[in-house]
Amino acid sequence: MAKELIKGNEAIVKGALLAGSRCYFGYPITPASEIAHGAATFYPLLGRTFLQAESEIAAIQMCYGAGGTGARALTASSGPGISLKCEGISYAAGSQVPIVIADIMRGGPGLGNIAPAQSDYNQVVKGGGHGNYKLIVLAPNCAQEMCDLTMLAFDLADKYRTPVFVLTDGFIGQMMEPVEFPEPVELDHRKKKDWAVMGDAETKGNLINSIYLNEEELEEHNQMLQDKYAEIEKAEVRFEDYLLDDAEIAVTGFGIVSRVLKSAVDVCREKGIKAGLLRPITLFPFPNDRFAELGDSMKHILVAELNNGQMLVDVKMAVGCRKARVHFYNRMGGVVPSVDEMVEKITEIAKG
Amino acid sequence: MAKDILRKPTGFMDIYNFKPGDDKGNTHYCPGCGHGILHKLIAEALEDFGVADRTIMISPVGCSVFVYYYFATGNVQVAHGRAPAVATGIKRTNPDSIVISYQGDGDLAAIGGNNILQAANRGENITVFFVNNAIYGMTGGQMAPTTLIGQKTMTSPYGRSVQNEGYPIKMAELLSTLETTTYIERTSVHNPKNIAKTRKAVRKAIKCQIDGKGFSLVETLAMCPSGWKMTPVNSTKWIEEKMMAYFPLGVTKDVIEEREAYFPKKLELSNLEIKEKLGLTKERLFVKRDMSDVHDKYRNPHIKIAGFGGQGVLLLGRVLAEAGMRHGWNVSWIPSYGPEMRGGTANCQVHIDERPIGAPVVDRPSILVALNKPSLDKFEPTVKPGGIIFYNTSMIDRKPARDDVEIVGIPFSDIADELGSLRFANMVVVGAIIEKTNLLGYDVTIDALNEAIKNKKFVPANIKAIDRGIAEMKKL
Repeated sequence: MAKELIKGNEAIVKGALLAGSRCYFGYPITPASEIAHGAATFYPLLGRTFLQAESEIAAIQMCYGAGGTGARALTASSGPGISLKCEGISYAAGSQVPIVIADIMRGGPGLGNIAPAQSDYNQVVKGGGHGNYKLIVLAPNCAQEMCDLTMLAFDLADKYRTPVFVLTDGFIGQMMEPVEFPEPVELDHRKKKDWAVMGDAETKGNLINSIYLNEEELEEHNQMLQDKYAEIEKAEVRFEDYLLDDAEIAVTGFGIVSRVLKSAVDVCREKGIKAGLLRPITLFPFPNDRFAELGDSMKHILVAELNNGQMLVDVKMAVGCRKARVHFYNRMGGVVPSVDEMVEKITEIAKG
Repeated sequence: MAKDILRKPTGFMDIYNFKPGDDKGNTHYCPGCGHGILHKLIAEALEDFGVADRTIMISPVGCSVFVYYYFATGNVQVAHGRAPAVATGIKRTNPDSIVISYQGDGDLAAIGGNNILQAANRGENITVFFVNNAIYGMTGGQMAPTTLIGQKTMTSPYGRSVQNEGYPIKMAELLSTLETTTYIERTSVHNPKNIAKTRKAVRKAIKCQIDGKGFSLVETLAMCPSGWKMTPVNSTKWIEEKMMAYFPLGVTKDVIEEREAYFPKKLELSNLEIKEKLGLTKERLFVKRDMSDVHDKYRNPHIKIAGFGGQGVLLLGRVLAEAGMRHGWNVSWIPSYGPEMRGGTANCQVHIDERPIGAPVVDRPSILVALNKPSLDKFEPTVKPGGIIFYNTSMIDRKPARDDVEIVGIPFSDIADELGSLRFANMVVVGAIIEKTNLLGYDVTIDALNEAIKNKKFVPANIKAIDRGIAEMKKL
């Protein structure tokens, strides 16, 4: 199929529809609104449901309802909206309802601003709602991945019966790049989802539920969820390595930052600095093992983020007491570091 | 038929298997509670209409949180107050199902107030059973939005006062004012006569949904002897004397007859049709081009286009990126965004590169297009040595000062004005760029323009502008 020049946010919509998404429920917020615009255009054209909900709270609950019947449901928002959705996300995690949620991050806290940021990392990766849950979190850094990882998100959501996040920043959402769209996925939901409540005789004994009054039962349910997360950690780690084989400094970041870092690594290489990039594609599960390896093989690891050091904690945990020194560079409030800025920082670290 | 009287309706579970503990035969409700009566009426209706198999019951938060213990239907338990939103999600994706939202007064009228209001206003084809017992039962007898004036609860220990909490909310009346709602009635289950009326209302509400007539709701006054701290008998009296005085029984809205039945159409598309509707089968001109065919100083350009909002800088950049893609190169386009937006200039940044593109930001452009003076002032110093500046002499009264870059000054705005609209200035620039750099072929640029411009009637005029830009560049 020919490539199309398209905004990352719009690539999410087309990717979702190609993955067989039946419905989009959302509430407008910058910088995620193109997703709602695209969904409002294309879902009805394909005979699927688009509905602008009365609130973020309602939007995620509509997804909960649809997802509980086995329909592939999509919603999207940004920081302030994700905070409101956390209620429903916790219920969906507890009731094991697959939903795909895109978070096109902006600056916070509070209303913050609409510029690109990565300050929802903790909220999304650690589970912003109540209870012992985790979510699969995919972090695209280009328009092609906005499509591909959205499609993957639906597969993982179904496979593990869990909400899955597509977590990126306003930059990746607003940027246009060529995307090669794959073939539509053919799905027969009814055969695959024997747990769902579909409004028919076969599934009428089913229950979508997160309440377990009995303590032992709730503990068992929690343990089952933890086992599932452990399984996800084993099977679903994804990352991208760039020039790490002979590197002495590994830089790491996700989303737009990884793009800046990649260019910075190129410049550093021209200057003779042995830098490489590790880009986590899944933020949960986090590439702990790869970071541990780098902890042994690198002199330095530089974490760069558009927040106050949220992924940094995960990198430090993974590296532990290994050889590499972990450094941190961040910008906040919507400022994205330039390539020069990162080159300077890497050079400074290389000089020791 | 006598033997049938002694069985539960098929809409009701015989044994409550979802209920934890050993007692699978009794409900969790307190003696004298009104919920059980309403449960039975709903279950009977589901059997009589033959729809239990395709019914999905929604259990709220409150005393009826365990509705799913009892109904032999599909069951979904949901967050406090959100049942109407969840019901919407279910019904919209499964229009053949019968969706019933069962809610209490705190759930529906307090925490979920907006959810019920909006679902009702959308006319969702669902049925809501709203139990009004003027108190929060499950959490231990706190004040509800329907608690009566003077009524003592755990959180209104001196009695509800108008000054502190306002009057009890009349949901049936409130929702009846909405144009889209179809059938709303308030009933009670405190005596056989009213149970019979409730039975009728329950049936009517479910039938309303089966017939595709839209939103229906039955508000039922129900006894809560535990919450009210009364005997079951006194509870029935309290409904008769106190509740009914404030919450009058009866139909508050019924437009079932007038309402046209609506069943959403189903659309099954082939993969080809899906791709067509998503615009993925669109033919684009593709002319593979080698970057080595481009003069080395114009290869893999980092382009920044800046001007006032309304000068078409975004479209200009888009056409260049679209055209670059058609030569088989990697491209990226970003609008001015974040802090870049401030300071009176709108800009966009484009990469066209034979190699994968890292940072999409253009901090040091190799090609700068400055359509107004603030843009030139701001970005001139950032241009890479050996780069090129296209500047709009119509709006910029000074020559760029840099002597280490190429300078192209063209009165883009004046030319556009001659062509009929200032809005064509951006395409005059495109013409100048493709002529000067030989980076992008003419045909792919026109194909790019065709895709980038939404209103196709403006395409010919824009092509004229591109042609004029080429001609102007040749003159220099």
